[in-house]
Amino acid sequence: MLNFLTLIGRVVLGFVGHIGRLVIFAGTALSHCVRPPFYPRLIASQMVDIGYYSLPVVGLTAIFSGMVLALQSYTGFARFSAESAVANVVVLSMTRELGPVLAGLMVAGRIGASMAAEIGTMRVTEQIDALTTLSTNPFKYLVVPRLIAGLTMLPLLVLVADIIGVFGGFLVGVYKIGFNPGNYINSTVDFLEPLDVISGLVKAAVFGFLIALMGCYNGYYSKGGAQGVGAATTNAVVSASILILTFNYIITELFFAT
Amino acid sequence: MSAVPKIRLRDVHKAFGEKRVLNGVTLDIPAGQSVVVIGGSGTGKSVLIKSILGILLADSGAIEIDGQNVTDIPAAQRGAVNKKFGMLFQGAALFDSLPVWENVAFGLIQGEHMDRTEARERAIKTLGRVGLAPEVGELSPAELSGGMQKRVGLARAIAGDPEIVFFDEPTTGLDPIMADVINDLIVACVKDKGITTVSITHDMQSARKIGDRIAMLYEGKLIWIGDAKDVDKAANPYVDQFVHGRAEGPIKMQVRK
Repeated sequence: MLNFLTLIGRVVLGFVGHIGRLVIFAGTALSHCVRPPFYPRLIASQMVDIGYYSLPVVGLTAIFSGMVLALQSYTGFARFSAESAVANVVVLSMTRELGPVLAGLMVAGRIGASMAAEIGTMRVTEQIDALTTLSTNPFKYLVVPRLIAGLTMLPLLVLVADIIGVFGGFLVGVYKIGFNPGNYINSTVDFLEPLDVISGLVKAAVFGFLIALMGCYNGYYSKGGAQGVGAATTNAVVSASILILTFNYIITELFFAT
Repeated sequence: MSAVPKIRLRDVHKAFGEKRVLNGVTLDIPAGQSVVVIGGSGTGKSVLIKSILGILLADSGAIEIDGQNVTDIPAAQRGAVNKKFGMLFQGAALFDSLPVWENVAFGLIQGEHMDRTEARERAIKTLGRVGLAPEVGELSPAELSGGMQKRVGLARAIAGDPEIVFFDEPTTGLDPIMADVINDLIVACVKDKGITTVSITHDMQSARKIGDRIAMLYEGKLIWIGDAKDVDKAANPYVDQFVHGRAEGPIKMQVRK
């Protein structure tokens, strides 16, 4: 019994310690975001990596999501003669939920893993220690550019994903189901409100920050060679994905709860 | 010789959980002197160097550089202190994402804000000092052999004209000839220039060649400090066993049966 309680105590203490370390890491990183020196070249490079190179995977995810959404909505809504709502459902689902969440999850897999692996390898090969000896703050050089790039590029990616997703719905609606193109576009635009798009973009900014934070945090504290870097990569993706889904609910509640 | 030691360690302690790694290390290193710390694996040699560099924070005791206590100075001041340092890491720790020349020039560009063109010229010149051709500067670190990586690491350590250079196992993993080449380069580029150095190594040939003084770390304490020329005839049985590489003696290796 005592062993069992000891085990629970150890797990709880470990978890609390982990959360505390993450909060301190995030606070330190944020404080460095507003203090010079800045590394614009590195920020630009990370923006290209996160924004430009994630476009194909996010675009493909968005177009198929939009297409399947239109198809599912149509077959479902046809049961109670509400087929005309397909365009509204597609645009609202994409802008409010599917655009930010799917883009966030895809980028977490692509970028969060790569950040954790790169920084983790730098940690276990003493490259981060080398930065310190070369009078360069590792937070400013490694973490801040990734956080800024994540925070700014994910909203842009989600904006593109929204457009591509709606276009996917349009393709299925018009060419598969047989809606009038003009009517479909009108239905899409008429019921869309600025808050629908803005809430999605706010979500995207938060998700981008969380993805970069978890990638950097897990990489920065990785240890134990190749196995440690592998574990850091897995933890970065899993923790970022869970946080994305958790914060998705919290932000939705903040924006739309009556 | 200046009255104030270049590096002064006073009763430095460092533990990781229950494990005490440094247990009251006291050492004065005058300017221009080359000190080699020897000791078995896991005795805290790397922790000692990392504590001086500020990568690890000592639990207690004092670390002074040029008379300034740097034990727990704020990060903002640490950058200024670290400008005095150069460091050659055991695995060279070159940045894979940058070409060789930018690795060498890194401290000049980021630390001293030198113009990239000027820093590049200086990097190529420094590569020449360690016997590497200018074309090597365009390669990626992954394209270099272990010996070349060590040379690039040495070039990076000395590019900013540091006052103190640290060497972490400079010859580990190299063949005997390349190890001696690295030793010669350390003597020519650092020791002969009057730069203060602190090295840690298992390689006694390297220790004799690059060190003015040798200190032995055992169970977190410096148990012997003396001139490099005296290490082979040291009366201390621990030093004698280590220097001559004997399995039998007061140092017991933990071997699981």
